[in-house]
Amino acid sequence: MNDTAQQRGGRTFFVWFGVVALFVAAVVSYLADSSPDGLEAVTRQGCETVPTSNGERLTGECIARSGTEHAFAGSPLADYTVLGNSGMTGVAGILGVLVTLLLAGGLFALLREPSRPTSGSSTTAPGDDDSSGTRR
Amino acid sequence: MHTTPLALHMTDGLLNAPTALLFGAIALAGIGFSLGRARATLDDRTAPMAGLVAAFVFAAQMINFPVLPGVSGHLLGGALVAILVGPWVGTLCVSIVLVVQSLLFADGGLTMLGANITNMALIGTAAGYLVAVALRPLARRGRTGLLITAFLAGTINTVMASTGFLLEYWIGGTAGFSVAQAVLPMLGIHLLIGVGEGIITALTVGAVAAGRPDLILLLRESRQGERTRTREDENRRSQQRGTVEGTS
Repeated sequence: MNDTAQQRGGRTFFVWFGVVALFVAAVVSYLADSSPDGLEAVTRQGCETVPTSNGERLTGECIARSGTEHAFAGSPLADYTVLGNSGMTGVAGILGVLVTLLLAGGLFALLREPSRPTSGSSTTAPGDDDSSGTRR
Repeated sequence: MHTTPLALHMTDGLLNAPTALLFGAIALAGIGFSLGRARATLDDRTAPMAGLVAAFVFAAQMINFPVLPGVSGHLLGGALVAILVGPWVGTLCVSIVLVVQSLLFADGGLTMLGANITNMALIGTAAGYLVAVALRPLARRGRTGLLITAFLAGTINTVMASTGFLLEYWIGGTAGFSVAQAVLPMLGIHLLIGVGEGIITALTVGAVAAGRPDLILLLRESRQGERTRTREDENRRSQQRGTVEGTS
């Protein structure tokens, strides 16, 4: 396997990895279980959930009673919806994946070592350019 | 409506202000330290991989799976990131996911961000990494060993992350509710969630190993955990591994 073949394989792999992440967020997210998660279930022990006109309310003695609403609870993508529409979870998921990719990819591109002394020669430069092209 | 409750993401108000601040400071220190150490493992190949790993963890965290009737859980990702991109870059990956979730999706309280980062990005990643490093000889032996390593690292990462919550609540919980009563249910449920985490971690690491084993940092690192090899050395090694993987 030569360098170029390896890098071409790398690009294909990165594309697939991104596609899988988008698929999970856009499609598989609709299959997610909406039951309370582990932490919420434990912190709700001792309380009863009472449905009210605007959501649900906890009564009794439990850890979760002291929980307050998120400061951004009214924001457009709150709770992985789009403007409160949970049928749009997939769209919210795609946006989340892209924002995360942009932030993380950007940070790591800035942090990475420009090029190590041994790979700085002109013979390896085209290969380096090739691999850096996979970032976009 | 609370349609998407989140495993181990604390909502605002569960901890008092001094405790929230304390863990905010711990989270910042952990992120700062990771930023310094991450540089050594990031190059033209690992930087895009790390960005994709963060995006994948975000996506996977959306998928709550059932663990008991009426109780769900989802991947936290600490062991997964530690195995794929190392503990320092991995800590940054999970931290970015938690920040995006809190700021953009109102998931995980703003004032609890420090505690949530401490639990999932610091404790979870560290626990997953320590297990993975301890089992590295097994992981290097072949595919089954790698999958077992990923599974155990994933499971223990979830349980350890949940102990972070117990510690924080013990230090500065707001409700007059004894933390002792929460210990067993918390650990028990997170052991079950951890099994799910272990399976997802093993599946993901297995998929990467099938396509690009050279992108798994756990298998690439030297004993000291630092990358000290030259580029030629790396190429030679990945070729050797390619042959080994192909024949096993």
